[in-house]
Amino acid sequence: MTHPGEGEIVQFDNVGLRYGTGREVLSDVSFTLYPGCFYFLTGASGAGKTSLLKLLYLAQRPSRGAIHMFGTDAITLPRERLPMLRRRLGVVFQDFRLVPHLSAFDNVALPLRVAGVAERDLAQPVADMLEWVGLADRMSARPATLSGGEQQRVAIARAVIGRPQMLVADEPTGNVDPEMAVKLLRLFEALNRLGTTVVVATHDAHLLRKVPDSLIIRLDKGRVSDPTGALRYPPRRPVGPA
Amino acid sequence: MNDEARPPAKAPRRAAEIVPQARMSGPIPWVIAIMVALMAIAAAGGLALRNTGNAAAVELSGGITIQIIEARPAERERQAAAALAVLKQVQGITEARIVPQEELDALVEPWLGDAATGAGADEAGVPVPALIDARLSGALTPERLAKLQAVLRPAAPSARVDAQSTWLKPVFGAVVSLQWLALALIVLLSCATGAAVLLAARTALGNNRETIEIVHLLGGSDAQIAGIFQRSIGIDAASGGVAGLAAAIVVIALLGRSFAALQAGIVTGSALGWTDWAAIALIPVVVAALATVTARWTVMRALRRML
Repeated sequence: MTHPGEGEIVQFDNVGLRYGTGREVLSDVSFTLYPGCFYFLTGASGAGKTSLLKLLYLAQRPSRGAIHMFGTDAITLPRERLPMLRRRLGVVFQDFRLVPHLSAFDNVALPLRVAGVAERDLAQPVADMLEWVGLADRMSARPATLSGGEQQRVAIARAVIGRPQMLVADEPTGNVDPEMAVKLLRLFEALNRLGTTVVVATHDAHLLRKVPDSLIIRLDKGRVSDPTGALRYPPRRPVGPA
Repeated sequence: MNDEARPPAKAPRRAAEIVPQARMSGPIPWVIAIMVALMAIAAAGGLALRNTGNAAAVELSGGITIQIIEARPAERERQAAAALAVLKQVQGITEARIVPQEELDALVEPWLGDAATGAGADEAGVPVPALIDARLSGALTPERLAKLQAVLRPAAPSARVDAQSTWLKPVFGAVVSLQWLALALIVLLSCATGAAVLLAARTALGNNRETIEIVHLLGGSDAQIAGIFQRSIGIDAASGGVAGLAAAIVVIALLGRSFAALQAGIVTGSALGWTDWAAIALIPVVVAALATVTARWTVMRALRRML
């Protein structure tokens, strides 16, 4: 079994996943993600994209294989150390998963509060972040009063507020119009230029062309293919802000 | 003004609770208030009974009664006087007196009436034994009582010596049983409170499962999430406990007044002292602590089953 080197952010080795006693939804998945890269995870509906993302954002443990994240064995990691690993990730869920009784401000502030940031230190960054996603005038709005696109942007703001090392987004453009989809992609690109590894799961082939430097991980019936060769021949590019 | 129309760039002043808090709105504060009230009343009862027992024990310690069981009044009076004279010579007797006829009449009057105890009753009514009330220093053992009986026999063959505590032995037994009953009630109510908190914590976890999962995935630790629930339940328990204690104090005060009005010897020593009140006041504190610990244990246990 290989171990991730200094530059690798995630390494999957022969990972398999099954729910309960059902068939494997992911089989023999092996790939490496590098810092500062922009990845698209593609595949038809039911190919296993969401399952793979769940493994990536540590919501699920694999049935077999090995996963290393940030140089740590994520499978044998003791439960009490999982939160520290999760705090290095930003996640945009397919269904946003905003906390319904919290305002847009409090939803975005949540990762900072969880990380123990003092109230006086989080007010400005959260306000700036909401302004960045164009929701400065909706800070006090609860998720139920926000449109799908606005909820999406709150979810993105929440995912990136803690300056994660890796951003994982599950169909982030699935619920927005094409114009908003491009706008969101530009947000991810801007974040990527600041050094964050971005993994976007999508089944929208048009989206892939909109980020020219992106690398593609294709999933087909739970198995990974490598159409761009990016997984077999990883890119050599500077890490950090461009 | 609704959410849509609020002015921009003004961050909320107060941090919102990650899990919605609803003070005194669920059943838990009220269940705890009832439990604490019952516990406090049971504790007050137990402590009052203990005080009663202690006061009676002090009152009766060393007390003995000599009955002269003789039907003929003249002989009864002679033997009583002779027994008193002997008693005053016995080492260890600190006090001795013949109970006056009026006191005896008053004692038996509620059961036998005037006919038995009034004038001329000796001839026509029920013969009542003469009583000598005495106090013996040191421990009252059966051997000492038997020895005293033997000393009195030549002067007063009809004398019978009894320790006063013997009369009240069944009463003391009942008092101790009631104290255990009060303790058992407190333990049972504590268990019921723990069970109610456990159910409430599980329900709260179930209702907020989605939020908890989100907080987990954002890097929240089990201890952080458990802290939210234990604080919420702890505050509810403390609020309910204070309300329950206040209700219990009113009930205890009313019961105390009712018992005081009886003016019965056995309840005069049952008043609660400040240490008793302090112990009763500790009940909501202990219950709040118990609820907090139970909530934390329940939540931590449930969270361990999540990833």
